[in-house]
Amino acid sequence: MLKWFRRKKEEAPGTQPERAPEKAPLSEPVISQPQQETKKNLWQKFKDGLSKTRERLKDSLGELFEIDRLVDQAFLEELEEILITADIGIETVNRLLEPSRKKILTGEPLKVSELRRSLREEMLQMLTVPTPPFPPEASPAVIFFIGVNGVGKTTTLAKVAWHLKNRGFSVLAIAADTFRAAAIEQLETWGNRVGIEVIKQAPGADPGAVVYQGLQAAKARGTEVVLVDTAGRLHTKYNLMEELKKMVRVADKVIPGAPHENILVLDATTGQNAVNQAKLFGEAVKLHSLIITKMDGTAKGGIAVTVAHLFKLPIRFVGLGEKMEDLAPFEPKAFVDALLP
Amino acid sequence: MFENLSERLEGVFQRLRGKGKLTKDDVERGLREVRLALLEADVNYRVVKNFVDRVRERALGAEVLESLTPAQQLIKIVHEELIRTLGETPAPLDLGGSRPVPILLVGLQGSGKTTTAAKLALFLRKKGHRPYLVPADVYRPAAIDQLKTLAERVGVPVYDTDPTDNPVEIAKKALAEAKALGRDVAIIDTAGRLHIDEAMMTEAAAIKETVSPREVLLVADAMTGQDAVNIAKSFHEKVGLTGVILTKVEGDARGGAALSIREVTGCPIKFIGTGEKLEALEVFYPDRLASRILGMGDVLTLIEKAQEAFDLKKARELQEKLRRREFTLEDLREQIKQMRKLGSMQEVFSLLPGIGKKIKEMPFDEKELVRMEAIINSMTRQERLNPRIINASRKRRIARGSGTTVQEVNKLLKSYEEMRKLLKKARGPRGLERLARRLLQAF
Ligand SMILES: Nc1nc2c(ncn2[C@@H]2O[C@H](COP(=O)(O)OP(=O)(O)OP(=O)(O)O)[C@@H](O)[C@H]2O)c(=O)[nH]1
Ligand SMILES: [Mg+2]
Repeated sequence: MLKWFRRKKEEAPGTQPERAPEKAPLSEPVISQPQQETKKNLWQKFKDGLSKTRERLKDSLGELFEIDRLVDQAFLEELEEILITADIGIETVNRLLEPSRKKILTGEPLKVSELRRSLREEMLQMLTVPTPPFPPEASPAVIFFIGVNGVGKTTTLAKVAWHLKNRGFSVLAIAADTFRAAAIEQLETWGNRVGIEVIKQAPGADPGAVVYQGLQAAKARGTEVVLVDTAGRLHTKYNLMEELKKMVRVADKVIPGAPHENILVLDATTGQNAVNQAKLFGEAVKLHSLIITKMDGTAKGGIAVTVAHLFKLPIRFVGLGEKMEDLAPFEPKAFVDALLP
Repeated sequence: MFENLSERLEGVFQRLRGKGKLTKDDVERGLREVRLALLEADVNYRVVKNFVDRVRERALGAEVLESLTPAQQLIKIVHEELIRTLGETPAPLDLGGSRPVPILLVGLQGSGKTTTAAKLALFLRKKGHRPYLVPADVYRPAAIDQLKTLAERVGVPVYDTDPTDNPVEIAKKALAEAKALGRDVAIIDTAGRLHIDEAMMTEAAAIKETVSPREVLLVADAMTGQDAVNIAKSFHEKVGLTGVILTKVEGDARGGAALSIREVTGCPIKFIGTGEKLEALEVFYPDRLASRILGMGDVLTLIEKAQEAFDLKKARELQEKLRRREFTLEDLREQIKQMRKLGSMQEVFSLLPGIGKKIKEMPFDEKELVRMEAIINSMTRQERLNPRIINASRKRRIARGSGTTVQEVNKLLKSYEEMRKLLKKARGPRGLERLARRLLQAF
């Protein structure tokens, strides 16, 4: 149950939203009334997105797992290829396959079905990390969207805004990407579409100052959730990481404890570099969660498994297209099942 | 990681030294390292397989087996194969045909097409061309505004796209406009699209059909993972590519996608994007990337950059110092001066073999360079040559003289000390030694 997605409309005042037990993998998303129709769509979309992953894998892996024969060297090699081409990363793949390799070396029989089960469990385990409620319980809850250039921060912010607005939260966005040409206009266009206010300054303004102004406005208005769009930056750029740290400090000054959630936005098409991204962004500011975008392509987003595991970050959502409704809560089981048909 | 490939191979072969000839098994062990390194660098699984097969074939010949330096030999083969895979020589833009020559940029969402369009326009303008920019992304909010703003920044005229037009119409009208204005190249920025989005791929093909571009360039992100092969293949099959531009290369991605894309399309990589600044577009040199992949550092680029900005004599002095691993605060000051001419210090340092990565992570800030220089200027020559004598009262004097604080003076001294240590330690694949040798040869 997706209890960690707080549903404003159903909440009686003063009740604590439930938290999911830390380890229980989540199943069917629970989405509030107005979303009943789209619920199916979204869920279908998520599966459709994943099924592209699956389709590709199915040819080989489906065949692989079809007959419950004994695992041999050739089987493991094929499996290795499938996992690596899903961008899971050679190190993780080796770790996943190590026990089976050992068994085969020592001549211990290992059935394909057993291997499948243990792989699935292992991967689910990797994706199982503590998942606090979303949006964070603070008022206003301040959420930063962070990541390298072009991963989908702005679009994802709009999608999340729409998602929250439909749940009855009052939402405000801050255009803190003052650097990229037309970034402010882009967010404003989204603001109009979604129907939320966007706080902005002129292009080239100090992003810290925009954050300051935006949070002051949110405080004055009693806004419940504030979404901050930050400029894309490569994690290796010292100056830009300092700028990001400063924005975070400013937020904390205006609203002690803010930002309550720093979301690292990762592009599913990205390979092993996502690990460096998570590492260096995480060294600069505290990261709380991930969103994986562009899962509607053929990229399998396998690096998400590795990143979530290495940095103990929950994956909040996956992006499945360019429209504001193209966002689905992350489903570890569905994800892993799609990887292993 | 790629950059450790040389060291890894050295490690494998170290144990074999003194063993006389190598066996097939020994070579296999080396190849296993090659494979791992390539996979870690995001080169596609299949591409790695083919690559390793080719290296194996050559390595099992006499070249490696009978060599006294088998590791070196294997590295040489890998290096050569990398260059062969990436394309032997740089491939220039094809700007033949009637004016205006259309160039079409295509790619996935977020790969950097719009920025690249503006960079390319600037690049061509500087070469004496009269480029024209065409925003044909009517889908992403503010994409047209973005290119218009950038066009103004690079001083290149831009087509006034009507966002209600369809992209094929836009391209056609814009081309006529470019002709009327007497422009000689028209760079068309298209919307990002997924390679499996049939409607959008058909649209891209239709634009191509309509304007018959001389170049269709796939703009791809250097951080792309295994899917690079599928993306490149689809774009090549459905639209037809003539070349590739690899973006965001200045980060720490190993860029294995370059290998994958080149292998499946056979199209040359023509440019690389190396920063958010609009000047940050460079012609792609296969041999340089191959060296970088092997952790030999991108020495040639460094030399080229150095030649642009460095005073030759000073550069030579610096090489000599680097070689002897002497590095005083005076040298640091000299370097700061040069660096300020060169642009980002990190970028330049990242080109140095062996120490690249560590330096990149060191806390340098371009604005700080000015302050650093001021601090060093406030020191006496004696202090610069022997910073150990800088005690508390000297620090206070230096801080006052340079309009900084004692903390900042301390920070500079600490950075300097770290840098000196790194230079001392730098070994890598003979890191600095090799650099110095190559640099000296080059001048
Ligand atoms: N297919 C697909 N495209 C997406 C998705 N999310 C974002 N995009 C597209 O990716 C492109 C870049 O998205 P932006 O939201 O501008 O990315 P950004 O991270 O804000 O970019 P910068 O601010 O320039 O760093 C746009 O064309 C988006 O429409 C997704 O889930 N699927
Ligand atoms: Mg953005």
